[in-house]
Amino acid sequence: MANGTIAVEGKTAEVDFYHVKGKYKGILSWLLTTDHKRIGLMYLSSMTVFFLSAMTLGVLMRLEMLTPGETIMSAQTYNSFFTLHGVIMIFLFIIPGVPAVFGNFILPIQLGAKDVQFPRLNLLSWYLYMIGGGLAIFSLFVGSGIADTGWTFYVPFSIRTTTNVSLTVFAAFVLGFSSILTGLNFLTTIHRLRCPGMTWFRMPLFVWAIYATSWIQVLATPVIGITLLLVILERAFGIGVFDPTLGGDPLLYQHLFWIYSHPAVYIMVLPAMGVVSEIIPTFAKKPIFGYVPIAISSLGIALVGYLVWGHHMFSSGISDTSRVIFSLLTFIVALPSGIKVFNWVATLYKGSIDVTAPMLFTLLFIFIFSIGGLTGLVLGALNTDIFLTDTYFVVGHFHYVMFGGMGLIFFASLHYWFPKMYGKMYNEKVAKVAAYWIGIGFNVLYFPMFIMGYLGMPRRYYDYLPEFQTYHIISTVGSWILVSGILVMVFNLINGIRNGKKTTDNPWGGTTLEWTVPSPPPLENFEEIPTVTTGPYDHTHIHKQEVKN
Amino acid sequence: MSQNTETAVQEEIHEIHMHRDDFGSKMGMWLFLFTEVLLFGGLFILYASYRFIYAESFAIAASELDVLMGAVNTVILLTSSLTVVLGIVALQKNNKKLCLFFLWVTIACGILFLVNKYFEWGAKFHHGIYPKGPALQDMGEGEVMYFGLYYVMTGLHGLHIIVGLAFIGFVMWQIKKDVITATNFQKLENSGLYWHLVDIIWIFLFPLFYLIH
Amino acid sequence: MNNHKSDITEVTGLDDVGDGHIAEAHHPTYGVNILVWIGLLSLTSITVAVAGINLGSLALSAALIIALVKSMFVINFFMHLKYDNKVFKIFVGVCMLIFIVVLILTFFDLTFRY
Repeated sequence: MANGTIAVEGKTAEVDFYHVKGKYKGILSWLLTTDHKRIGLMYLSSMTVFFLSAMTLGVLMRLEMLTPGETIMSAQTYNSFFTLHGVIMIFLFIIPGVPAVFGNFILPIQLGAKDVQFPRLNLLSWYLYMIGGGLAIFSLFVGSGIADTGWTFYVPFSIRTTTNVSLTVFAAFVLGFSSILTGLNFLTTIHRLRCPGMTWFRMPLFVWAIYATSWIQVLATPVIGITLLLVILERAFGIGVFDPTLGGDPLLYQHLFWIYSHPAVYIMVLPAMGVVSEIIPTFAKKPIFGYVPIAISSLGIALVGYLVWGHHMFSSGISDTSRVIFSLLTFIVALPSGIKVFNWVATLYKGSIDVTAPMLFTLLFIFIFSIGGLTGLVLGALNTDIFLTDTYFVVGHFHYVMFGGMGLIFFASLHYWFPKMYGKMYNEKVAKVAAYWIGIGFNVLYFPMFIMGYLGMPRRYYDYLPEFQTYHIISTVGSWILVSGILVMVFNLINGIRNGKKTTDNPWGGTTLEWTVPSPPPLENFEEIPTVTTGPYDHTHIHKQEVKN
Repeated sequence: MSQNTETAVQEEIHEIHMHRDDFGSKMGMWLFLFTEVLLFGGLFILYASYRFIYAESFAIAASELDVLMGAVNTVILLTSSLTVVLGIVALQKNNKKLCLFFLWVTIACGILFLVNKYFEWGAKFHHGIYPKGPALQDMGEGEVMYFGLYYVMTGLHGLHIIVGLAFIGFVMWQIKKDVITATNFQKLENSGLYWHLVDIIWIFLFPLFYLIH
Repeated sequence: MNNHKSDITEVTGLDDVGDGHIAEAHHPTYGVNILVWIGLLSLTSITVAVAGINLGSLALSAALIIALVKSMFVINFFMHLKYDNKVFKIFVGVCMLIFIVVLILTFFDLTFRY
């Protein structure tokens, strides 16, 4: 049996969590729920809205870059657009993405638990998430408009500009709170609610990844909380801690900002790596190669992530000594990341690989993320970074690691756990076409940015010299391909929810505990808490249950 | 679905929330305390940096603060921490009345601390030593940094005192209603943990702001 | 996958699942806490007294060491860490380690810039 459980066969047909009659009916049964599965789905639907709106902003920005000079928007609008695009994508999609949606839905089931440790706190996190998101959108329409500082809110500009920085910053602060509470909840859940026999090294690797992520959420997010609070106080009362005219040191703002925001990069990508470690053994039909190194490397990445923030400040004027130290430390990050990639590839070796839609997204991820990682080395090296900083090379690298890392794996997880979440199956053919489509659009959109950046195209300008136009046109066309691919994928999934064929408990032949429960799972996941006797990727007794036509 | 299974499900929903795990609840509280440590940690990093940059100005600015006032507040907070612990011991010994008495002392100490703080801040404001205040503008950059941090750090700390008082007040109400008892005291202990952390932060703030020469 | 001999529970004794659902009273009596309080008060007067002496560059270290000792008292006795599960001690250690590392790395910049 999956995850080596001593199984209780012959389950009675239990009502799934959608149809359980609880205290509340209709919309209230969602808004007041403490069921981790419903909360996960609420995150998913709100996140889809945020993602699609930020994506629209991105498309409009690309459209502006089609020709030099003003194409469809003014410089000020462009500044606000890239700020809002960054704030929504980072704080509302990339950071909470995988943990809030799939961590909530899948993690308790993978642990053999009925729910998370603090179900009501879990609901509160969702409300804070919505309030934060609402405030960010709200700041568009009040005062003198949304911040034009970029998502980094660098001082002194952020304390001088007349736009509505305080409200946008406060939105990020609230979102940070939501992130902290989610992390705290998962940590306690993993420590306390593992089912009998589920020792630390029998936990699925997704759980390990979320564990490492949650530590970063708890131990790094407060630093940005206080930093953003100081920006608000600075704007309101002129306390001076960052203002150079009063004696403050703006570089300290950058230090504090990146002390959070660099580890936050691993909040974004670690859960995605965890999902990859789930998908690959399932579709290679082999136990994962190097379970312990992958588990430990998650913690390793989390730890090393704290030591390298200075590489965002190479050209800001920090001391030479610290630049050399940070550059050296930055290369260390490649080690645990490399361990993961090599172990994934080794798992595929001699596997019986089934290239389904989730697997296709995952393979795409390995390809694209490797490009992102290698260009990261170029930026992590001090000498090349001085040359490339604040150019499109950085923008390209950022999207290759963030969108290519977290974004693609978010899509992969959607396809992988879709049958478990909805009990139905999407159209596999369309999903595969969408995956290829997205892969092509992605590279057409972002690869020219490396070349442009290398040639000196600076980022965050709505205008450019005519010699860059060819690359900008290619890139903009790429954005159309990418977006149409994403829309095809989204419509295919929505169609799957509505009209998809009914699926089985274990359509992929997955080995972890979530594949032992019905699709969709009943209210408390397990009729009887399972007892685990082996590691998570034991395929010996797994039988894939084909979808009946 | 039959009526029976429906009630069974309802009971189960109830059970999830009633599932009691004191260890887990304490773990959640400790993790939350770490976020508080790192929240103040950011400010301590700023303090260390500016003290390094403006060492002499910090010493001059610190002479504006009253060491006695700070010391008195330290003693008050330490005492309030003691009474919280004694309250826990009293409740464990099933002495509800004594427990509530100790917690009342904590509340009183907390309020006394805030009153002192109010007079301290008030005096500074009176002398024009506040952000953008006339006296502070005549001082050097180091002094501006010192008082900027002083107001932010003691202000945020004061805010935590208020939150802690509310937390303890809530716990007292639950003790009165016998929700928190000699065998079910984790909430009281959690409020104690929070209060002690606020105390620890003051243990560092006191020498760093008042005792520089 | 079932032969991971280096199971973390064996190595660190971190198997904190299932025990202590209901907390039990394990704390010392009034006396110990009052003694700790007296210790804290004496340390407060020591730190004020030490600040009066001109120790030069040592003054800051002295003040910080005393503050550290005081907080160790509070953490171990008032917050009961001394009597708690090992996992909490590791947690506190990790939290402190991260803060100190971050502080040191920041000073690699400041020390060589000013």
